[in-house]
Amino acid sequence: MRKGVNSLKHRQYKNPVGVGKYTGLLLISPFIAGFILFTLYPFVCSFVLGMTDYRSAGEPKFIGLENYKTMLSSENFRKALGVTLKYAAILVPLKLIVSLLTALLLNLEIKGIVFFRTAFYIPSILGANLAVVIMWQYLFTADGLVNQFLELFGASPVSWYGDPDASIYIIILLRLWEFGSTMVIFLAALRDIPRELYDAAKVDGCGFIRSFFSITLPQIKKVIFINLILQTISALQEFNAPYMITGGGPLRSTYTVGMLIYDEMFKYSETGYANAVSWVLFAVIALAVGLMYLVTGRRERDRS
Amino acid sequence: MKKLPVYLVMMLLSAVMLYPLLWLLGASFKSNREIFSSVWFIPESIDFGIWKNAWKTVTPFTMGHYFANTFKIIIPKMIFAVTSSVLVAYGFSRFDFPLKKFFSALLVIGMLMPAIVKIMPMFLFWRDTGLLDTYVPLVFPALLAEEGMFIFILIRFFDSVPREFDEAARLDGCGTIKTLFFVLLPCIKPAVTSIAVFTFLWTMNDFLNPLIIIQSVEKYPLSLALRLSVDSTGQSYEQCRIIAVSVIGLIPSVAVFALAQKKFVSGITAGGLSG
Repeated sequence: MRKGVNSLKHRQYKNPVGVGKYTGLLLISPFIAGFILFTLYPFVCSFVLGMTDYRSAGEPKFIGLENYKTMLSSENFRKALGVTLKYAAILVPLKLIVSLLTALLLNLEIKGIVFFRTAFYIPSILGANLAVVIMWQYLFTADGLVNQFLELFGASPVSWYGDPDASIYIIILLRLWEFGSTMVIFLAALRDIPRELYDAAKVDGCGFIRSFFSITLPQIKKVIFINLILQTISALQEFNAPYMITGGGPLRSTYTVGMLIYDEMFKYSETGYANAVSWVLFAVIALAVGLMYLVTGRRERDRS
Repeated sequence: MKKLPVYLVMMLLSAVMLYPLLWLLGASFKSNREIFSSVWFIPESIDFGIWKNAWKTVTPFTMGHYFANTFKIIIPKMIFAVTSSVLVAYGFSRFDFPLKKFFSALLVIGMLMPAIVKIMPMFLFWRDTGLLDTYVPLVFPALLAEEGMFIFILIRFFDSVPREFDEAARLDGCGTIKTLFFVLLPCIKPAVTSIAVFTFLWTMNDFLNPLIIIQSVEKYPLSLALRLSVDSTGQSYEQCRIIAVSVIGLIPSVAVFALAQKKFVSGITAGGLSG
């Protein structure tokens, strides 16, 4: 290959003989169209609608940041945001720790791993199904399974649906129960760590705990980060479970921003306002992800 | 014997994980009284009458009708999702083209966008195109490779197939599409299975999208029919019936998972959703 050809204007595309530079573009064209139609368009559209007083009929009128002002002074919005943040702050770390610990145990080369892996994975597959969500509702009734077990062990039953401090844990426990998909990702990452690293550590006299912190954790840092982000994004959007199980109650203690958006849009037809709220939710998610990125990125730089 | 404590922990955890599902299965045969009086999942007697009753549902349609509706969405969606994401991943993995880096970045951005921001503009979009209350809004996005995760899994699998395979096929006179079909696809079967199964399970689970798009009960998929059964029997406290409906509704997912379990889990583990 001659070097002179590689100027900016005539970049060489490394393709098989007889394949032009547009073949790849043609192949990914469904994705490009999908991105424009199902990501870019709704995104711009919801931003614009968020600045209007549109009520799902009639002509939308531009009202600037009025919706955002309304939101700031709205007790409902502040409460929903607080509930959502609290929910994510409890659920996400808990879920990551449980999945990582279980993955570590499964990685110990014990017998019956296929059974255990499947047993832990099934709830994450079925858990999002409405049928399971409905069942979850019954587990926490006054004389439901959870309270029956609590009494079996001598604890006093909890009024899950009546106590605003307890109700959020119905949803948290449901999502925690679904830790399987996160665990499988950790398991794959653990498998990728070269064995020699552990052997070398053993020679140097490192115990289990020590090699966990100096080998395992640094090796799977990237995957922890990915799981953290994926879980945070989905936790901040929670809608199905509170909608079906608690209806947001009692006293709005499980009323998430996701539910608020749904209600404003489909119950009260406040399309403009609902879009503004969803943009704030997006900003919160972007902020959370950005913050995590900065924190983990800085550690990396400190180390090197 | 050193591993005994590990086993004990695993057994206990499996019990906690699986018990609610077993209980759900058992409860679908129980009377209302029994559901709330016993922790044990095995029913006193097996009464298929509850299932029969549940199958009829409280609507003018049987559950068979809602199953049929769901499959009308799932089957085209599986075909579309597999076809479109295989083509896109093939493009990303094997070809060089203008702005490739830019489009790869879009792929990641698309996955980070919260779905909830999209839901309202898409509702308005489908309303204005007059396609609300049809299955088009639920199926069509799959044709445009909406699931970034699928593309990622497939790219990983394509990348693991040696390029010599393609070159050999090209020397034998295969074109771009023939190479994909006869050489690469057989190599990435586990990934294709994973995607088909994921599409099945996720569509089965999907609730928010049908809730917004489908309005007439006649066209309800299973998830909406389930909600309807809760709403309309909630007053009369027919819990046993709701639970039976739920269990019947779970059968397809459990069956598909059981059938594809081995390939499916190895597909995700090897494909490393780990990115």
